[in-house]
Amino acid sequence: MSTLTEAPPPPSPTVTDKKAPRRRGRFTPYWLLLPGMLWLIVFFALPMIYQASTSVQTGSLEEGYRVTWHFATYWHALADYWPQFLRSVAYAASATVLCLLLGYPLAYLIAFRAGRWRNLIMILVIAPFFTSFLIRTLAWKTILADGGPVVGALNTLHVLDVTSWLGWTAGDRVLATPLAVVCGLTYNFLPFMILPLYTSLERIDGRLHEAAGDLYAKPWTTFRKVTFPLSMPGVVSGTLLTFIPAAGDYVNAELLGSTDTRMIGNVIQTQFLRILDYPTAAALSFILMAAILLMVTVYIRRSGTEDLV
Amino acid sequence: MEQYEPDRLNPVQRAAVRRSLRNGRASLTRRSLLRASAGGALTVGGLGALSACGIPAAGKTEGGTSAEDHSAKEKTVHFSNWTEYMDVDDSGKHHPTLDAFTERTGISVKYTEDINDNNEFFGKIKPQLAAGQDTGRDLMVLTDWLAARLIRLGWVQKLDPSNLPHAYANLSSQFRTPDWDPGRAYSYPWQGIATVIAFNRKALDGIEVRSVSDLLDNPKLKGRVGFLTEMRDSMGMTLLDMGKDPGRFTDDDYDAAVARLQKGVDKGQIRRFTGNDYTSDLTKGDLAACLAWAGDVVQLKADSPDVDFIIPDSGYMTSSDNLVIPSKARHKTNAERLIDYYYEPQAAAELAAYINYVCPVDGVKDELAKIDEDAASNPLILPDKAMQAKSHAFRSLSQKEETTYEEKFAKLTGA
Repeated sequence: MSTLTEAPPPPSPTVTDKKAPRRRGRFTPYWLLLPGMLWLIVFFALPMIYQASTSVQTGSLEEGYRVTWHFATYWHALADYWPQFLRSVAYAASATVLCLLLGYPLAYLIAFRAGRWRNLIMILVIAPFFTSFLIRTLAWKTILADGGPVVGALNTLHVLDVTSWLGWTAGDRVLATPLAVVCGLTYNFLPFMILPLYTSLERIDGRLHEAAGDLYAKPWTTFRKVTFPLSMPGVVSGTLLTFIPAAGDYVNAELLGSTDTRMIGNVIQTQFLRILDYPTAAALSFILMAAILLMVTVYIRRSGTEDLV
Repeated sequence: MEQYEPDRLNPVQRAAVRRSLRNGRASLTRRSLLRASAGGALTVGGLGALSACGIPAAGKTEGGTSAEDHSAKEKTVHFSNWTEYMDVDDSGKHHPTLDAFTERTGISVKYTEDINDNNEFFGKIKPQLAAGQDTGRDLMVLTDWLAARLIRLGWVQKLDPSNLPHAYANLSSQFRTPDWDPGRAYSYPWQGIATVIAFNRKALDGIEVRSVSDLLDNPKLKGRVGFLTEMRDSMGMTLLDMGKDPGRFTDDDYDAAVARLQKGVDKGQIRRFTGNDYTSDLTKGDLAACLAWAGDVVQLKADSPDVDFIIPDSGYMTSSDNLVIPSKARHKTNAERLIDYYYEPQAAAELAAYINYVCPVDGVKDELAKIDEDAASNPLILPDKAMQAKSHAFRSLSQKEETTYEEKFAKLTGA
């Protein structure tokens, strides 16, 4: 938006007709901003104010809710549901790291090595979006079914003994455990990691690799000193696009999880729809928002890529 | 492109998945993205604006607010129902019982399957009803507790008995006097729902399940037992198992039942609390046994012979989905005529034969036997005396109790 406001006024077509174009030029940026601003106000700012107001109200459905500046709601919400907050952050962070580990090599492959297969692989990355999020998540219930081949193989290899000991799974099953939820999150948000990574890798000039080779850099050094730093914008936007929605997600925890894997999204849903405690639901949403903003700010500062994102 | 199916889901499971899971996920993620990208705008809002907001008290009008009845002029009625809760012909496009109604009365029915979840639906209609506006619906089907809440809030209209001769005469005694609407002044049941224990014979592998205690205590079933997210069903069945009456329990009884279930959660006995999606877990065998709705199980049995159900000796929970007319509905008389129509034995039998839930209409047996012999002798569709004696209903709750109980139950299910 800032580029719009800074745009120079259109050059006047003739010298004689000075006044009219200049006036038009002065207001044009604001007119261009208007639809976007209206959109933001109606669909973002107003709901935000409404939600903020809800979070400091007290009352009940029958008596109505009034603004009483009851900030204790925030404190109670945090005191009651901090485990779910921590869990959401932990699950989202694990899923983000897994997405990065899985997504980077694939994005690298598509950008530099895929050749004529590039388009096909890209389509394969995006193809799951042709089906609904729910169906994709439910598919994991079949893949990880108790009697299924995956769990059978993991049991034979005694992998589940290790993960059970770590507390990631329970007994000889994967479904309804933290591992299943993290797997679901990773799978569902993987394309959001791959696409920005691919875009920033693809922009790297191949001659830079040649230049690194000419300067006696081994492939690994080239990657470390040239490719990876240049792909940082993709890494940062990819991790943000994965982490932020994953932290607020509740479908994976609902379908693949159990009672001890509920995330903050589940709590908000329950509070809002089931218990009808609108203030607590609104307060929880704000706390989540604040926590994510804080983490993202720190992250962007530390990764030193403010100007790249 | 062909829809990818993770599993061969049968229609019941598909409906179940749709019903219990379509909870607007997109809105949540979109919201969290928006939040993160422009959270700073918050401060702009200004705290002063906050106090201007507030949600007014629910309009309390005893008996609901009626609008001018346009029934005579506009021969139509807008009917909102749950998915897969109406008979459908082979082409999948027509509802024979509704068509017959239109043919006889000249009233066309605008039938919408837009109810997926009671809580979600309440969120949807609340703004209009609270503001005293027409929801655009003349008739809707709500589960007991939600119907009770709407009656309490004064958001549904009192029915006119003179338009309901069949309904009055044929309503089965089991459903006549719920404590939230004694004598059925505001509502008539659409179908009854029995909560029973379902199991997968193959997954049980000889383990005997006869009661809720077996579900909670048998170590061989650890991690393979499911309960329902519907508080009244899970808690009601547990209360029954503990020898308490769900129609007359105290706070202490409730807490004791919560503690009993909490133990099951803590030791990992209970795998999940589910909505209708238990059906796929049960057919796959991931759940060996679980609380289930009998109507689902009757349909599931047809496709998966391993699935069956038992009724505990301590009894089972019955709830019902009820027809109510919201305030300000434009076609009240037409809606009442439609209610009455479904209390004629023939229409009721056709419906029961198709959807397999508990039929709330007396005198249906002969008609049903003409269509489907098995259904007519199935005590889950037409309960006999012995079945009716074991049936229990959850008592109605005050607003305050509802909040406290739901909150305790939510903590139990993890949030």
